[in-house]
Amino acid sequence: MLWELLYRVLGKDNSGSRSQAKDRLRLVLVHDRATISPYLMNRLKEDLVKVISNYMVINEEGLEVYLNQDEKEVALMASVPVKKIRRDYMERTQSIS
Amino acid sequence: MGETIVVTSGKGGVGKTTTTANLGTALAFAGFKVALVDTDIGLRNLDVVMGLENRIVYDIVDVTSGSCRIKQALIKDKRFNSLHLLPAAQTKDKTAVSPDEMEVLCEELREEFDYTLIDCPAGIEQGFYNAIAGADKAIVVTTPEVSAVRDADRIIGLLESSDLRNPKLIINRIRPRMVKQGDMMDIEDIVDILAIDLLGVVPEDEKIIVSTNRGEPAVMDGVSKAGEAYRRIAQRVRGEEVPLMNLDVSNSLMDKLKNLVGIR
Repeated sequence: MLWELLYRVLGKDNSGSRSQAKDRLRLVLVHDRATISPYLMNRLKEDLVKVISNYMVINEEGLEVYLNQDEKEVALMASVPVKKIRRDYMERTQSIS
Repeated sequence: MGETIVVTSGKGGVGKTTTTANLGTALAFAGFKVALVDTDIGLRNLDVVMGLENRIVYDIVDVTSGSCRIKQALIKDKRFNSLHLLPAAQTKDKTAVSPDEMEVLCEELREEFDYTLIDCPAGIEQGFYNAIAGADKAIVVTTPEVSAVRDADRIIGLLESSDLRNPKLIINRIRPRMVKQGDMMDIEDIVDILAIDLLGVVPEDEKIIVSTNRGEPAVMDGVSKAGEAYRRIAQRVRGEEVPLMNLDVSNSLMDKLKNLVGIR
């Protein structure tokens, strides 16, 4: 208690609310900025389908892509129902690249 | 051909109207022809901050609906002949004006005035989209608080997706003493988080309340710190390079003791 007082008088107090404000704001903005427009989300889905289809046959109807937010981070989650793996993926990818 | 600048913030009460009034007055004082447009329909305030509330005959809705011409609705300022106000309507709601109508209005004002400053309502509803529709540039006002900076970030995103790139930031009501004590976010913190260019910093100043009470913008007050800050901002809007105001506070042991026991 006395030390705290002394520290404050001497200006050595680093526990001010400034850093708390900054940290909380950073976190809040990670979430706020993680909103993605439906248009972009659809483009992303289409691109995912294109890439994945080189390797496996998927059920496009059942494809789910979304942003998952927890307290610390934002993650892109995808659930892709697979119908079958392509055996010819080597040739397919080679012919593309 | 003039420039149209929208003053916006997202959050209410951070100083959009005060900024519009002071910036406009400072630009007029420097000899430019300036129009101030209040787009906060239903909650107009720029008229009282400018001390022009008794002179209103027509408002923005009268203009956009074609009931009168722009010249009839523009109110001449008490102090400067080159400064004019187009007041918001008080009895209508924000849907009484459309973004298209605002574009036409701004186009017309641009021909007559060097600077058209648009005071945007708080929020991100139609009033916001009306206010930004005809603007060439945007100023985002925030205060050093988590809620205000968060809303500013959202507004910056919306401005950029509406093709108003590179909005400029004004940090209002900063308290240097609290920053020094580590109890308020610093200019750097906020600029770093929002990642846009800084147009100016305005210190908290009780004179703003006095000047608002009187209806006389603080830029006309030679001793007001906020007034000084707004004069510098006006210079930067004109393209001049001026240093940020010195906001250092004296920092003796005695001051700290005083702070600690709450004497100022």
